[in-house]
Amino acid sequence: MTAPARDVGSRGVDSPGRAAVGARTLRTDRWWLPPAATTIGILIFLVYATVRAFQQQYFFADERYLTPFYSPCVSYGCASEPGSAHFGMFLPDHPLIPYAALSLPFLLLFRLTCYYYRKAYYRSFALAPAACAVPEPHATYHGETRFPLILQNSHRYFFYLAVVISVINTYDAIVAFRHPTDGFVVGVGNLVLLANVTLLWCYTLSCHSCRHVMGGRLTHFSKHPVRYRLWTWVSALNTRHATFAWITLGTLILTDLYVALVASGTITDLRLIG
Amino acid sequence: MSYTGQFRVWRGDADGGALADFRVEVNEGEVVLDVLHRLQATQAPDLAVRWNCKAGKCGSCSAEINGKPRLLCMTRMSVFEHDEVVTVTPMRTFPVIRDLVTDVSYNYTKAREIPSFTPPAGLAPGEYRMGQADVGRSQEFRKCIECFLCQDTCHVVRDHEENKESFAGPRFLMRIAELEMHPLDVADRVSAAQDEHGLGRCNITKCCTDVCPEGIKITDNALIPMKERVADRRYDPLVWLGRTISRRRD
Ligand code: SF4
Ligand code: SF4
Ligand code: FES
Ligand code: FES
Repeated sequence: MTAPARDVGSRGVDSPGRAAVGARTLRTDRWWLPPAATTIGILIFLVYATVRAFQQQYFFADERYLTPFYSPCVSYGCASEPGSAHFGMFLPDHPLIPYAALSLPFLLLFRLTCYYYRKAYYRSFALAPAACAVPEPHATYHGETRFPLILQNSHRYFFYLAVVISVINTYDAIVAFRHPTDGFVVGVGNLVLLANVTLLWCYTLSCHSCRHVMGGRLTHFSKHPVRYRLWTWVSALNTRHATFAWITLGTLILTDLYVALVASGTITDLRLIG
Repeated sequence: MSYTGQFRVWRGDADGGALADFRVEVNEGEVVLDVLHRLQATQAPDLAVRWNCKAGKCGSCSAEINGKPRLLCMTRMSVFEHDEVVTVTPMRTFPVIRDLVTDVSYNYTKAREIPSFTPPAGLAPGEYRMGQADVGRSQEFRKCIECFLCQDTCHVVRDHEENKESFAGPRFLMRIAELEMHPLDVADRVSAAQDEHGLGRCNITKCCTDVCPEGIKITDNALIPMKERVADRRYDPLVWLGRTISRRRD
């Protein structure tokens, strides 16, 4: 057994006084897989969402299906698809301004400041840490104590806005049952929009800030039975928050893709009723 | 069924050390601590390893097995392949004393820095009345066996020795959460959590939760709720406004 000389002045697990193990990590499992998969997943979504948000085409199908990426459609450009603008048109029609420029930035910020996505990108993009007991590459670390990361504390405001946007998405999904000439109809697209908006609600309501606002901030639950009950429900959803975060990335892409394919005439929407 | 397993065990002290190779008999149903005891009995009588209950309840036998912070007595040998080399090192966040034994006094220092339960003035012991709903959250945190695996794995101190000064670590931020959520505690825990115990350094990457042998949801149920309370106090103008108005009315 040889005792290697101490590398005095080293950082982290090599700090003086700690066991001189040598290897930075002794993990033998594929610890790099989850952060790698997360990076790929997030990049796929970002590329798809960016392309679609700026495409300004194929966002309204069968005169009633509005994709969530264009909701609410508030640009003058929405006039190209009559019936797609449910809340008026007032933003200039410009290739660099998405038609839903009123909601998309806030939805992005909602997810960017989400406690789950923070974990996901701190691990996969910042490698702080890439996996547990795997040393991070940074020489110093201040966490969320300073600008800009201290701004993560504004998450609750994006939660409030996300609730408003979810209401708008719900409205879109409901009015999609009315065809301007055929009246009440149910197509596969309706089920797609409905499933998407349901899952969006699951993601939004399972938010940690929602859990806090509903009742988590109280210390005396027995004095507030209603809020305690609400907290219990949100807490149950909250345990699956990460799952909903991923599911909704998937369903947003699939929903948008469905609308885009129907709108472009690539596929036809199957009518179940009407 | 018995087989001969291959082990690498870190041996040394604060001045240096290395992984030593051993071949040790492994029997069905054994845990890593059993094998270390056999190693002590047969080949390395001076191997230092701390343990007590062998039931996952005393929190003494914390170490790292194949690079992962774990309890030696709760890691079954059946999770490894027979030909897999099992590497055992001491916890790598705390100073080593000898072999697998570390000096965990950092944790005791941090524990002492938290003011204890502070009941309202004039309320005598025996007069505490509260419902089960009020203590449910704290009870989860009371399951802690003080193994300090969460403290060991937290990158804030594991990767940055200099943060030990300002960061209490997940176990003790959870202790603050426990007191803060206690219906009868009147001390101001929220500002202290952020200013004195380093809550803002936690980036909620959940390694503490991942390694906790008691399955306590440290991040979701203690750290994030505390961050939300700090946001109430510090970063939320609406809550501040509401509080100012209700204070005026009082
Ligand atoms: S969640 Fe926070 S306290 Fe827990 S290991 Fe990660 S940084 Fe440390
Ligand atoms: S919280 Fe869990 S990991 Fe941390 S000391 Fe307690 S039992 Fe151990
Ligand atoms: S949306 Fe994820 S925590 Fe709020
Ligand atoms: S010996 Fe008590 S927890 Fe392992």
